[in-house]
Amino acid sequence: MAHFDPNARPFSNKWMNERLAVDTLKRVLSTEYWIPKNINFLWAMGMVLAATFGVLLISGIFLLMYYIPDTKLAFDSVNYTIMSEVGYGWLWRHVHGVAASVVFLIIYIHMLTGIYYGSYKKGRELIWISGMLLFVSFSAEAFSGYMLPWGQMSYWAGMVITNLFSLGSLEFNGLVEWIRGDYVPGQAFLGRFFMLHVLLMPLIIIGLIVLHFGTLRMPHVNNKDGEEYDFDAEAEKWKAGKRKESKVIPFNPVFLSKDVFVLGIYFILFFYLVFYHFEFAMDPVNFDPADPLKTPTHIYPEWYFLWSYEILRPFSKDIGLIWFGFAQVIFMLLPFLDRSPNVAPANRRRPFRCWFWILVVDMIVLTIMGKLPPTDPTFALIGKVAAYTFIGLWIALPFITMKEKLVGGKK
Amino acid sequence: MKELKVLAVVVIFTLITYWGVEPYAHSQMHKHVESQDFKYPDINASGVKGDAAAGKNKIAACAGCHGIESQGMKAPMDAMASSAAYGVNPPDLSKVGAIFDEKFLIAFLQNPAHAAHAKPNFAMPPSAGSAQDAADIVAYLKSIAPKEVSNKEAFELACGRCHAARYAKWTQIGTVPKTKPNIKTGKDLDKLKFEQNVAEYQNKLAAYMGKLPPDLSIIIRARGKHFLETFVEDPQTQLPGTAMPRVGVTKEGYEKVEAYLEEIGDPSKPKREAVGPWVIGFFFIFTILAYLWYKSQWKGLK
Repeated sequence: MAHFDPNARPFSNKWMNERLAVDTLKRVLSTEYWIPKNINFLWAMGMVLAATFGVLLISGIFLLMYYIPDTKLAFDSVNYTIMSEVGYGWLWRHVHGVAASVVFLIIYIHMLTGIYYGSYKKGRELIWISGMLLFVSFSAEAFSGYMLPWGQMSYWAGMVITNLFSLGSLEFNGLVEWIRGDYVPGQAFLGRFFMLHVLLMPLIIIGLIVLHFGTLRMPHVNNKDGEEYDFDAEAEKWKAGKRKESKVIPFNPVFLSKDVFVLGIYFILFFYLVFYHFEFAMDPVNFDPADPLKTPTHIYPEWYFLWSYEILRPFSKDIGLIWFGFAQVIFMLLPFLDRSPNVAPANRRRPFRCWFWILVVDMIVLTIMGKLPPTDPTFALIGKVAAYTFIGLWIALPFITMKEKLVGGKK
Repeated sequence: MKELKVLAVVVIFTLITYWGVEPYAHSQMHKHVESQDFKYPDINASGVKGDAAAGKNKIAACAGCHGIESQGMKAPMDAMASSAAYGVNPPDLSKVGAIFDEKFLIAFLQNPAHAAHAKPNFAMPPSAGSAQDAADIVAYLKSIAPKEVSNKEAFELACGRCHAARYAKWTQIGTVPKTKPNIKTGKDLDKLKFEQNVAEYQNKLAAYMGKLPPDLSIIIRARGKHFLETFVEDPQTQLPGTAMPRVGVTKEGYEKVEAYLEEIGDPSKPKREAVGPWVIGFFFIFTILAYLWYKSQWKGLK
């Protein structure tokens, strides 16, 4: 049993340390959490994501006060009550909608940064896996949130996505009905997705964010050259006042000061979108109330799901589902598919360099083709070729990385 | 600087993706219909000059169905009886001359279904025997029309007998009246009666049109300005086979309708414009301070 000083003033530093080890916590989590100095602004994307999640949480809490999860009232509670009766309701809604879209842009930048610099290897596997679990949870959160305004796109996207669970020719229609709680999306469906969106998924996401931070603590953050540091030795140099010689900086305040600067620039852009350019995040089709008797001319997901949608769409029902499933899990396996021992930026790893840039371009092509009408044979063909390219890239990955030559950690 | 190059790569890939999924995809998904500036080029000007005084004597041809309240002429039937007889309530003609196109109206009076690009079951029959009669009646309607109509009046006259706008409390039979519930039972019989009338009217209207025309509360956000403008000009160009008739508004008349649709469908626009600069200004200052902090922390590190 620990010793408690009976004379310590309540809430004084000593009193708090005996009960909560605040000094140790501060040291471990902030002032002696060492970050490499050799980084660029892409290393701030984690903080940008955390801040955007915070913005989503706060704006979501305000919207939750007025949103009504009833199929007859949901649409008007969003489009009338929140948009014109509630003070600044329009602001919270536009903030929430834009943040939901932008958060995926930052997630993709964050992911591709990790792939480019090899930040999923040699002790950092769990960072990658917990990050991919976050991606999956954010996807579920985004999809369930998209159901809530109960517009045409909510309804028909809900119809299409839940239909996937019939697993093609296996015709598991019972499973689809079980998920919907009805034969078609209705009150039970809306109630369930409301619960998922405002409670279960946020809980899971918060848990995973804690895990994601936790997985970073032991292997530490990667750096621009993939160089392996002796963090203890570098930390000693810093503490001895050799700020220039040491390769590391403390998270707080040095790394944080750069994060906050990047956050400032990000929020200028973010609020520009919120006030002057929010249409991209709010599909016009969803401003028509849900109508089970009228299918929209074009049904497409939000932009961040388009690449995987385009891996589903060009194929026949069953084959498409198989490749769609492949696309959903394959990123998770990246640390084990990359057989190379190198932790280095992609531009120093041949032929991985080509693999990376082809992947980026291919995913953008898939994204664009995923929105274009597949009735146009040219778009359909480009989409199909891009889908095959995606599959081929991942099958080829172990082979091309196996033969990779060892590169030095530094230039 | 290396970091700016990295930023440029990120920005370029982001913008390409944005261009592909937004402007380019939308240009491919919707067929492009050029605006005709509400000139109705398919209708030839009759060339006859209308005489308002002569038109006044010919207006009896209209009064069988339409009222002209400003001239003290009541409509022969109210909205409910009209919808039972025709499927839709014929408009009061007091302000017609202010928002509808003269050339269009002359053609419309001679052959309404044809001018409106409507179905053959169009409720209004040909009502002017000659181009001269039509021109005279139109001249009269223009002479009695008020100089100024409000955006709301333009909307109600051009759209409001087929379309509701519930966010503006507008129904096809008029504005929702203020009623009070019985204090002991909480039941509001006047409200229920009004709702029943709306429902009856809508059933008749849906039978006449083939479906209930959509509520226009936030149509401005669902369809956008360009679609609405070209659709109202001639519905058949955007939606072939639609039951919606060409209503023949003038450019100025349409601008009023559009302004009203924006007012009710996007009421936060003026507030966005007021608040936006303050929020962005705040983050601008925030960023400058953060930059100074960053520079002071990273001084002498490299």
